Amino acid sequence: MTTARSSLIERPTPGGLRKESAWRRRDRRWGYLFVGPQVVGMALFVLVPFIGSLVLAFASWDGLTPLTWVGFDNFISQLQDPLLLRSIVNTLLIALITVPVGLGFSVIIAVALEKLKTRTLYLVLFFAPVVTSTVAVAMIWQQMLRSDGVLSSTIAKTFGIAPPDWLGDPRLALISVCIVSIWASMGLNVIIFLAGLQNISPSVIEAAKIDGAGAFTLFWRIRLPLLSPIIFFSSVIAFISSLQTFDVVFVLTSNAGPDNATRTIVYHIYDLGFGRFEFGPSSAAAVILLVLTLVITAIQFGAQKKFVHYEDGAA
Amino acid sequence: MTTTQRPIGADAAIGARFTGDGAGPGPRIEKPARTGRAGARLRVTLIHVVLVVVGVAMVFPFVWMLLTSLKTLPQLLQDPLSFWPKPWTFDNFIDAWNAAPFARAYANSIYITVLAVAGTLITASMAGYAFARIKFRGSRVLFIVFLATQMIPKQVTLIPFYLLMSRLGWVDSHLSLIVPAMMVNPFAVFLMRQFVLSLPKELEEAAIVDGAGRWRIFWAVILPNLRPGLGALSIIVALDVWNSFLFPLVLLNSPDLFTVPLLLSSFRGQFGSINYGLVMAASAVATIPMLIAFVIGQRKIISSMAASGLGGR
Repeated sequence: MTTARSSLIERPTPGGLRKESAWRRRDRRWGYLFVGPQVVGMALFVLVPFIGSLVLAFASWDGLTPLTWVGFDNFISQLQDPLLLRSIVNTLLIALITVPVGLGFSVIIAVALEKLKTRTLYLVLFFAPVVTSTVAVAMIWQQMLRSDGVLSSTIAKTFGIAPPDWLGDPRLALISVCIVSIWASMGLNVIIFLAGLQNISPSVIEAAKIDGAGAFTLFWRIRLPLLSPIIFFSSVIAFISSLQTFDVVFVLTSNAGPDNATRTIVYHIYDLGFGRFEFGPSSAAAVILLVLTLVITAIQFGAQKKFVHYEDGAA
Repeated sequence: MTTTQRPIGADAAIGARFTGDGAGPGPRIEKPARTGRAGARLRVTLIHVVLVVVGVAMVFPFVWMLLTSLKTLPQLLQDPLSFWPKPWTFDNFIDAWNAAPFARAYANSIYITVLAVAGTLITASMAGYAFARIKFRGSRVLFIVFLATQMIPKQVTLIPFYLLMSRLGWVDSHLSLIVPAMMVNPFAVFLMRQFVLSLPKELEEAAIVDGAGRWRIFWAVILPNLRPGLGALSIIVALDVWNSFLFPLVLLNSPDLFTVPLLLSSFRGQFGSINYGLVMAASAVATIPMLIAFVIGQRKIISSMAASGLGGR
């Protein structure tokens, strides 16, 4: 049926140039039809709300009274609002702790897993939190981290100190959010890195071994550089999703924790928009989140050249 | 149809090698055979020790959830460190089930997820096919728009999206969750385009020569060959829709319409600080069925998620 590898298609109908262009024209219509639903959805449910966000950011509106333009007032008031500044700092702290620690652990575990012949059980254990909804994860950890819960009581008993109040102490609350986020997302990064490690050609490893490379050299000089494009890709995604932290904060630390200790930007957007119906300032905060996301991603792409090793032809 | 003709989708390639117990493509080398036997065995043992420790850390919270849910309130308050329930009780599960419409929430979550997945599979594979294989004016620009919008966090559009839904009359209706999910998913379009590009061109060329239209080619030739990709995509989308929280939280008000995570979160406010057993029973009701489903489909689920994490490579 299709064994011939020659490019039959270049001229399907011999001679008929006019026929060909009629087919092309019809084909173009099919193209629009095929992308149609997604393009309409994109325009209606992404682009329109996105433009709406930009518009609202420069307006004052509570949903009831008429909308008034306020220029940059929302941005000015937001950037002076200690709550937003706190949210930005918290969000950045969560990202800066969660991403490197989470990815670092994941790389180590992936390298360890790759050496095993059967690893199904481990994969299932590590991946279970990934398929569990963040709400459930946060509920479970809320019980674990109570000041009279297992973890605190065990720590208090072992070290003879007062039981740490993970969720009540403002500083520990943020760390708790990081711990839970790392716990919940590690499995995903492990399997991605494992797949990446398995894509490394065995001949490269063999060649290095013949040259006398030990386990450490193999890791630092061969596996890590060859894995670096995937680590980079994952870190970009992990960073972006850390900047969007909401579920854990909302559930684990019951509405952004003691004294807003775990208030994140998305929680701030939610709180302004749906707690106080201040759509303008809330949208301004949303635009600030977007800018922050773009800037950090740009920085990561800039740093990429230094740290990421691309091998020609390797995929 | 025939297995030999089936092209290798990214997830199939990864899946085969993944769990390590299948015959994966590419040569496997026996690593321990090279170095000293004893040293190699010691190293493998060390690796197992580390992995078991991590594994326990991953599983313990689930175990503790179950144990807590089976304890009575007096035991929880008097001796929070006791491991086994004494006495064992199922009362928390009965109370949790009666306190909130879990059956309803499961029905809601299932039907929202099924519709969202089915819609995404159709619209995204059509768009992915068009972007990969059909030449039409503006296709490049459109595709770049799709890639670019992936950079916009969904939360940025939360408020205007809510206002749009309220204008459409879809607030406190499942339509606000289903229709947008069915109609727009840039990542899914990107992934399906990658899968279509990995199919050999000869597949459709034969059909084109036979005079088949695009519509028939898509349904009869492309879709059947996309099956591994569609499987991976449906898992990714299903997990995403099932676990989503912020948008349902904002868009739904009536408890009868709640999804499973949303219903579970309502336990936080109502009973949160006192009745740990009840809250953990509710968490167990919300998670155990999912965990069982995951264990059954683990191979496919894990390889699909790996493929998506690699951007469909």
